Amino acid sequence: MRNIGAILTKEFKSDFRNPYVLGGAGLFLLSSLFVCYITVKRIPIAAIWVALFWIVVLFASFNAVAKSFLSETRGRMLYLYTLVNPTEFIASKMIYHGLVMLILGIVAAIVYQVLFSVVIGDNLMFWSSVVLGCTGIAFVLSLLSTIASKAGNNLTLLAVLGLPILLPLMLVATTLMKNAIDGIELSVQLKYLFVLIGLNVVSFALSIVLFPYLWRE
Amino acid sequence: MKLPIGFKIAAIVLVIYTLIAGLLMPVPTLAILNETIRNLYYHVTSWFAMITMFIMAFSYSIAYLNTQKDKYDTLAKIFVQVGMVFGIIGLVTGMLWARFTWGSFWVSDPKLNGAAIALLAYLAYAVLRNSFQDQLQRAKVSAVYNIFAFVMMILFVFILPRMTDSLHPGNGGNPAFSGYDLDSTMRMVFYPAVIGWILLGFWISEIRFRIEKLSNEES
Repeated sequence: MRNIGAILTKEFKSDFRNPYVLGGAGLFLLSSLFVCYITVKRIPIAAIWVALFWIVVLFASFNAVAKSFLSETRGRMLYLYTLVNPTEFIASKMIYHGLVMLILGIVAAIVYQVLFSVVIGDNLMFWSSVVLGCTGIAFVLSLLSTIASKAGNNLTLLAVLGLPILLPLMLVATTLMKNAIDGIELSVQLKYLFVLIGLNVVSFALSIVLFPYLWRE
Repeated sequence: MKLPIGFKIAAIVLVIYTLIAGLLMPVPTLAILNETIRNLYYHVTSWFAMITMFIMAFSYSIAYLNTQKDKYDTLAKIFVQVGMVFGIIGLVTGMLWARFTWGSFWVSDPKLNGAAIALLAYLAYAVLRNSFQDQLQRAKVSAVYNIFAFVMMILFVFILPRMTDSLHPGNGGNPAFSGYDLDSTMRMVFYPAVIGWILLGFWISEIRFRIEKLSNEES
């Protein structure tokens, strides 16, 4: 546990010293949302509103999460290898990416709501879809960006590997969010919520189980 | 991996039986479906075969990570390839069927989209394999991706269509074939067909494995 805390502090420190990495991802997100706003202005259909939001968040997340692994130098990985065990390493990476994605997602959702002034029927389910969708993306991409970095630091490969695997998550998150805006009854929504939680848990657990095999070269 | 001769004879007999009986045996006469109901013997069964091949690939990937034997990596790769072939057959037969019963080749349906995405995930597996030079690294990383993709795919293909409305038979309140097959004539072809296609899949995989092994020995 102490090691996880140490890696988390290290990640936060290194990102505060180089704020352009996360700042770049955040700016990418905000400017894409603004482009959506000035090109579309009014979106009468909730489904399109939700789809635009998640497409923008998804592509920003590739930038935010991929940077972390792709920027780790070989020497630093070797150093970490002597200090911590792989489970702690991937767990802390996933927690860190989850937090980053949460901040990005929540800021994006607030800005997006303000720009388009959408009326949300069920606030609780709306925010749970934002939170669980963002953490899910972060967990899945943490493992996949390790795989992509093994194959020679290639962002295209990450997109090819990541998009099919992220689609189930996106489908459930968008349905949950769309229904929340329409104010669909909670009993209908609960099953989507549970599947979303399930996808988060499964991807977190699988990453923890599989990462030790990738770690050693 | 060497299959006994009886296995191959069974595969030939069952597949020939499926082809002949599937086209000639009586089927329930129903409006709209008409003779397209015979697609059951080729469409549904190829999905069964695909899932079996992917399960085999999944177990060989796990076996590879535990033992680090090259053989298991090759087998996982081959089972994915053969599974893809069955997947494409399943997709094409399904599209033909949809054209004559629903009116178009593709409709936006959770089950159809799930199948397409599952195939995309396995195409990505092929891309991943080809992006490595080092054999050891390729085997390890692609085994990890295969396990991850399989679990996420199974969640998608099996759970999601059951949650939403779907046009597909067997989902969203539509009857599957058991609802039509009242006197069990279709079962007499369907179950042998499932076994026949799966056995054929194993046989193709075995031949591919032997070719791969021989070409490795040569080089």
